[in-house]
Amino acid sequence: MPPGNGGSGVNSGWLPLDWIMLAVAAWGGLGALGILAWRRFFIVSRILFPLGALVGLVLAVLAASALGGGVETAVLAVGLPHLPMHLRLDSLAAFFLIVLGAVGAGVSLFAAGYFRRGEGTPPGLMCAQYHNFLASMAGVLLADDAYAFMVAWECMAMASFFLVTANHKSPEIRQAGFLYLLIAHLGAIAILLCFGVLQAQTGDYTFANLRAQSLPSFWATVAFLLALLGFGAKAGVLPLHVWLPEAHPAAPSPVSALMSGLMLKTALYGLLRVGFDLLHQPQGWWGVLMIALGLATALFGVVFAAVQVDMKRLLAYSSIENIGLAVAGMGLALLFRAHAMPGLAALALTATLYHVASHACFKSLLFVGTGSVLHATGERNLGRLGGLLRKMPWVGWLVLVGVFASAGLPPLSGFVAEWLLLQSFLFTPGLADAFLNMIVPIAAVAIALVAALAGYTMVKFYGVIFLGQPREETLRTAHDAGWWERAGMLWLAAGCVALGLLPTVFIRLIDPVTQQLVGAGLADQAGLYGWWLLTPVTIERASYSPPLFLFGIAAACLLVFWLVRGRYHGHLRRSPPWDCGFAWQTTRMVDTAEGFGQPIRQIFEPFFRVERTLPSPFDIKPVYRSEVSDRFWYALYLPVMRAVEFVARQVGRLQQGRIAIYLLYSFLTLLFMLLMVRR
Amino acid sequence: MDFDGLIPQLLNLFASAMLILAFAMLSQRRILRLIHLFTLQGLSVVGATLVVAWVTGQHHLYFSAALTLLLKAILIPWLLHKLIDRLNVRWDIETLLNIPTMMLVGIVLVIIAFNLAGPISQLSGSIARGTLGIALACVLLSFMMMITRAKAIPQVIGFLAMENALFFAATAATYGMPMVVELGIALDVLVGILILGVFMFQIREQFDSLDIRHLEKLKED
Amino acid sequence: MSWTAWLSQILAIVLALALAPLLMGWINQCRAWLQGRRAPGIGQPYRLLHKLFHKESVIAEAASPFFRAAPYVVFGCMALACGIVPTLSTELPLSPAADAIALVGLFAVARVFISLAAMDSGTAFGSLGARREMFIGFLAEPALLAVFFTASLISQSTALTSIVENLAHKEFAIYPSLAFAGIAFCCVSFAENARVPVDNPATHLELTMIHEALILEYSGRHLALIEWAAALKLFAYSCLGIALFCPWGIAEAEDPLALLVALPALFGKMAAGGAVLALIETLSAKMRIFRVPEFLATAFLLAVIGMLVHFLLGV
Repeated sequence: MPPGNGGSGVNSGWLPLDWIMLAVAAWGGLGALGILAWRRFFIVSRILFPLGALVGLVLAVLAASALGGGVETAVLAVGLPHLPMHLRLDSLAAFFLIVLGAVGAGVSLFAAGYFRRGEGTPPGLMCAQYHNFLASMAGVLLADDAYAFMVAWECMAMASFFLVTANHKSPEIRQAGFLYLLIAHLGAIAILLCFGVLQAQTGDYTFANLRAQSLPSFWATVAFLLALLGFGAKAGVLPLHVWLPEAHPAAPSPVSALMSGLMLKTALYGLLRVGFDLLHQPQGWWGVLMIALGLATALFGVVFAAVQVDMKRLLAYSSIENIGLAVAGMGLALLFRAHAMPGLAALALTATLYHVASHACFKSLLFVGTGSVLHATGERNLGRLGGLLRKMPWVGWLVLVGVFASAGLPPLSGFVAEWLLLQSFLFTPGLADAFLNMIVPIAAVAIALVAALAGYTMVKFYGVIFLGQPREETLRTAHDAGWWERAGMLWLAAGCVALGLLPTVFIRLIDPVTQQLVGAGLADQAGLYGWWLLTPVTIERASYSPPLFLFGIAAACLLVFWLVRGRYHGHLRRSPPWDCGFAWQTTRMVDTAEGFGQPIRQIFEPFFRVERTLPSPFDIKPVYRSEVSDRFWYALYLPVMRAVEFVARQVGRLQQGRIAIYLLYSFLTLLFMLLMVRR
Repeated sequence: MDFDGLIPQLLNLFASAMLILAFAMLSQRRILRLIHLFTLQGLSVVGATLVVAWVTGQHHLYFSAALTLLLKAILIPWLLHKLIDRLNVRWDIETLLNIPTMMLVGIVLVIIAFNLAGPISQLSGSIARGTLGIALACVLLSFMMMITRAKAIPQVIGFLAMENALFFAATAATYGMPMVVELGIALDVLVGILILGVFMFQIREQFDSLDIRHLEKLKED
Repeated sequence: MSWTAWLSQILAIVLALALAPLLMGWINQCRAWLQGRRAPGIGQPYRLLHKLFHKESVIAEAASPFFRAAPYVVFGCMALACGIVPTLSTELPLSPAADAIALVGLFAVARVFISLAAMDSGTAFGSLGARREMFIGFLAEPALLAVFFTASLISQSTALTSIVENLAHKEFAIYPSLAFAGIAFCCVSFAENARVPVDNPATHLELTMIHEALILEYSGRHLALIEWAAALKLFAYSCLGIALFCPWGIAEAEDPLALLVALPALFGKMAAGGAVLALIETLSAKMRIFRVPEFLATAFLLAVIGMLVHFLLGV
């Protein structure tokens, strides 16, 4: 059944939107097939997941072909009577669909090899929820009215909730899932209210109508703040981040990869949609608020990531950091847009979107990498890993790519995004407010600090897991990942490298989005001097050439290698490590994750709530324990929880259990209503 | 070389020297170095005053420069040196906040000072507009130094540094105060330091320490 | 690009490779004089490198290929860095490849590689050194970036060549913000090059060593490469300091004759800078390792104040 075409009016064939809807439907269909193949492990993992990856790839290609090709809309006669679902494909949605499809393909490939026989949830159910999750994320990106958006949004939340609680036998995981669900719904309510404000009492919830309204500035601000609250809760912006480090590690690794790499991005998409598309008279201070929130989130996330001892929690906190950076970049774009400076707004927005794509690639890569480590060793605690590079070379070297991208090191993808972000923050000529002119470049320094801390965190992550000597005997039997997993990781790592080396090419993809949202683009200027040189503003001001950069280092390395080998010799001998002649040491003496995080814990002490148990000198078996927890939890969430509990208890008093009392309530209500009506 | 361009630049240079020194004093642990820094700050005030005097041709500013040199760069540091010799307090001093935090608060103070001075500088017709903000920042920073030090001598130095900053603000923004006022202030400062010196000896007699937290004991319950 | 540009590019790299150990030797010489010792001769670092290249490499049993690759990568990074920083001329074909921010990224790549390699040896001292190195890096890196930001705000460009052209060849002006940046830059270079107030290049004391702990397991040609890279790093930092704070004499584009002037100017400035470094090292004592964050945080905040001052004074 070819879906009806709404927007273009020409019905000569299938438009990209139709094909994309078909692809999304295919994901849904794969999910349904998963239900049918309930416990048939082979069908699920060797056929359905690879097919899902293929669909993702097709989706990415279709979206890329639709990018910049104008707006297409469609109306699906599904849903409530007189309330059809509106779909729309514009550049913004297409860009996020490319990311979704491409990264989803890599994760699906990995997942094909990841799920094992006899692990808790039946594979078929897993497959169904997994593909529903993907399809509903695509639905969020395509929705063109509040109704369709909320339906897709809730589907996404539910699918991910079930995936998080896949291993529901463990009480911690159930708790994490509940916390996630709670905050997700808090956010959903805020988003619903936001749409309610945006429609300005016209009763028409299509985005076209929302876009056409021009709200008074007070209501526009209310709508913006509600959107920030709602989407911020999903993205993990301070102080609504607490669910993230609980839920992401709880899920199976490919799902963590989808949640961190893609689901958080749908929240950013929502912010962009509301902040730049639906609301069109932005106010400067919204941007300032977002910059401040984003930077606080980023700093908070990275400092916490540096002291984690669980590898997946570490990555989850690092996701909070990256979301913070993206929100800060978005805020800057909003600020420039409010001051009518489209060129700079486009630069900031390009940086943000580049960061989105890059983070989707490397964070998914890192999460699936931890999945392989988890499978090989059964261990999530960094303190018990080590030396895996020689046991698992494929995983080790591919994760290294992700680590470098995540640490913001040139010439990989993280650096390009960071570089563009710094460029956009650094030069703010002629903002109307002298004070802002001064504060915004200072924010660039904060970003530099966050990036450097991210480097610290990533060295800790990689060094403790993959380098050195195994800290436990069991690690000696660790095995490398299978071919499906390798293929998935290879695809994601290739994404990191390509995004890092060819920024001018990818900025061309981002260009239509910035054209749509702020009316200016970077593509012409960025690639003015050839594909290999990135010049976002002018060549005098700043330029960066990743291919030349890589070539320079590689050439120098090879030349030196050749010279040293040719001129001298290549003799090499293996021996026990020298280590200052200190022979009696075991692997337990090497820095663990805790030791590596110690300086950060010391410097940023006020950030944390640290609980320490120090051993007494007379203990025969001394125990040292130190636990770092989040102050927000104690300062913000616990009081709210107690208050809610208190109110609930008060309300609970109404419940007497005696019929007569309930009848009295009904009677009183009736009386009250009658009195109201009489007046 | 273009003199009209150079003069504001020189004043800016002295202003930022003041700011650097204010931050250096904020982050300094040793009393002896604190006194050296204070001397340097006095010298930069002298320099700024000389530049303004030369540009505007106001002769009384030369006098006030000479007075400042004598008082802030020679006499008071010498007195302070004597004082720490007598009191035998050359070692490290503790701060109530750790130093990076103080610097961070200092940066916030600079931003606040800039914000406060912005509108005033717009009105000022003086040759160097930006300096007012810096002078104000120096005042605030010296004030903070007084707040965050536990010992008496650094507090006195903080007080003197604040006076330096005020004097600098007066010179740079309004080409100096009338001579009478200046002489009065100079005398006040001198008398002030003498009284504080005596006072410090008294504190030590009483408590065997210069830690001003002991003063809390004097309170009647 | 003209032939002079390529000439000056090649000259810059070759000069850096050849002269970096000489700078080391000169600093050691000055230090020995100031401390009343007999100096080991200015060519000592060359002899050391030569000796190390001839020796056999011994590596730890636990070490992976990463360990063997790291010295080459670190050396490559430093060589590229020396090619990017304008030492003699601002007309450098390689310089569009990386601006000031990417240069900091380049140093970060080297740091991450050497730290990971140290962790790879699987010894207690190696991971201790890696932790300390990264811990210094995470404070020094943003401070260095903030220094660059101050210079870029003045010249409205992050490209190093544009910064130098702007500072050296436009009309003379005093930039107070650069004074703050200069102090911060000095602190950062001491920390990054493992010089005295932060680290002592001459000892292997386990309580305090940073750089030495990192390279403890290296020997033979690998150690030679790392030592040479360390010398190159010092050279690159010196050139950066010269380019940012004392750029007069660096040749501008398309002027082969100016290169001839630039060379002795560079020598003079380097010699003076090395002597000052030796003097500071002699006068100051090594800090406790827990004071280092304070030192670097101060540098970082000073650089930020430099940026603020730029806006305060409007220049």
